Amino acid sequence: MSEFLQQLLNGLSLGAIYALIALGYTMVYGVLRFINFAHSDVFMVGAFIGYYLGKLVPEGTFWGGLLVLSGAMIGCALLGMFIERVVYRPLRHGPTLNVLITAIGVSLLLEYTGQIVFGAAPRTFPQIFPAANYHVGSLTISSNQVFVIAVAILLMIALQLIVFKTKIGTAMRAVSLNPKAAQLVGVNNNVVISFTFGLGSALAAAGGILYAMNYPSIDPLMGVMPGLKAFVAAILGGIGNIPGAALGGLLLGTVETFIGGSQFSTYKDAIAFAILIVILLFKPAGLLGKFTIEKV
Amino acid sequence: MPRPHLYLLATLACAFGLSHFSDKIDPYFLDVLTGIGINIILAVSLNLVNGYTGQFSLGHAGFMSVGAYMAAAVSVFLGPRLLGEDGGTALQQGSLFLAALLTGGCAAALAGLAVGVPSLRLKGDYLALVTLGFGEIIRVIFQNFEPLGGALGLNSIPAYTTIFWVLTLVGLAVFVVTCLVNSTYGRGFLATHDDEIASEAVGLNTTRYKIVAFVIGAFFAGTAGGLYGHFKMTITPTGFDFTKSIEIVVMVILGGMGNTLGVILAAILLTLLPELLRPIAEYRMIIYSLMLIVLMLARPQGLFNFKFGKAKL
Repeated sequence: MSEFLQQLLNGLSLGAIYALIALGYTMVYGVLRFINFAHSDVFMVGAFIGYYLGKLVPEGTFWGGLLVLSGAMIGCALLGMFIERVVYRPLRHGPTLNVLITAIGVSLLLEYTGQIVFGAAPRTFPQIFPAANYHVGSLTISSNQVFVIAVAILLMIALQLIVFKTKIGTAMRAVSLNPKAAQLVGVNNNVVISFTFGLGSALAAAGGILYAMNYPSIDPLMGVMPGLKAFVAAILGGIGNIPGAALGGLLLGTVETFIGGSQFSTYKDAIAFAILIVILLFKPAGLLGKFTIEKV
Repeated sequence: MPRPHLYLLATLACAFGLSHFSDKIDPYFLDVLTGIGINIILAVSLNLVNGYTGQFSLGHAGFMSVGAYMAAAVSVFLGPRLLGEDGGTALQQGSLFLAALLTGGCAAALAGLAVGVPSLRLKGDYLALVTLGFGEIIRVIFQNFEPLGGALGLNSIPAYTTIFWVLTLVGLAVFVVTCLVNSTYGRGFLATHDDEIASEAVGLNTTRYKIVAFVIGAFFAGTAGGLYGHFKMTITPTGFDFTKSIEIVVMVILGGMGNTLGVILAAILLTLLPELLRPIAEYRMIIYSLMLIVLMLARPQGLFNFKFGKAKL
């Protein structure tokens, strides 16, 4: 039983990270209807910004850690907005496949530029937040896990407030519903899309830092697998659906951790895709998504 | 005689000619040529799916790995029993290799069928992701399947791949794809690509076309895998990952989707590029990715697509 609870805790902290990344995918898909493949590499850049900022602040302090986290989020938000402005905006009315291919191109560019700039060898991520282990009964809870779950929950609440309580959030939902109609009632689509990219990339950066805290070895290709799995999580919950992405992330993280702890641990990387395929076959709109019929 | 048949005959003649003089040619040149040939088969077969039929598949390397493993299994495990201790005559080795390639191709085609039937109900981004997922699942399965070497891969595969086999298969792949697309039946692939709903409205079974394209594409990917395995003499599951699929996709896009000649040129260019860029090898992928982005922004119809008018994508 205690092992079950321990695994559940590990799974939830991994799932919270997947959920943060999945939110970025789902928001971009909501407004632009395309898979931003480069999102997983923004996640990687976030972890690296954290690595370099982490050297500047005193190690293991709460405020220092917070500073690193917000620095990485701002840096990645700018990066995300820059990518959108330079690469995706000129293609906005192009065929979906072109955009998808360009996104793959941006993703590869970030990965391999990362290998040149940061070096291909893995690095140890510094302990930016204070470290401690708490024992509750037979459970061992590390402070990192507490931070991961707390930060993820706080960010998701903040996101929910932004999307549903602010003016720009209303505009985001309007663009996602119908971009042309939104434009007609005076929404500046460019600003909204730019903001969406910034917001999604900031969440990816937070995910990157939290991931690096829990698995403290970072390299330029670290984003590929978590990115793909987070995308699976976004589809699992219903793409374009924000609570769905959170649910999908938590589910996927938990399932994966349990598989990893069982005798089938070597199949861990395949399980996310198996879930994806099953979900798409039986419920193509995802767990919380609505199925729409294509109209000519 | 129709042009595709002439080209096929010319390629076969070339294959015979080159294999006759192969010991007089620089081995490095032959190696590069073999690499080019394998990539052409992969790119042309993916072009049938991605270009002509308009279904975005990101799992081509997965089918290649199925073919590579099955073909290698035939020649590594069955070969010694059938050929005996001395390795058999050249003719016997040739027929064994042919059987191995066919096994690899058919196994990949079966995998293509198994992947295609469920996933081709999906469109665009989703299909891309599911094929990617299948590619990864195939890789993980090979990594865990100990009889075929597991994560360490399969070693000591006999080096049966010669320039003759490569050129012959290139000729066959290009011939089959060209003739298929230009046949009355094959117009359905283009129709599916151009407008799926309209094709269905005039009575075409688009799902069937997609599956046929997928299976044929997978078959040739499998034979290319077989050639690759018997060329490198060792295969590992990680050699057929997501990056390899992307590489093939880049060839198809660079050549202009649905343009066989362009795709062949792109495959040649992209195989030669790393050889030429050897001094700056670590920048190769950066150049690749920049090329993709700039190409999509500036020339979305592909580098080697010289048809004027509306870009067909």
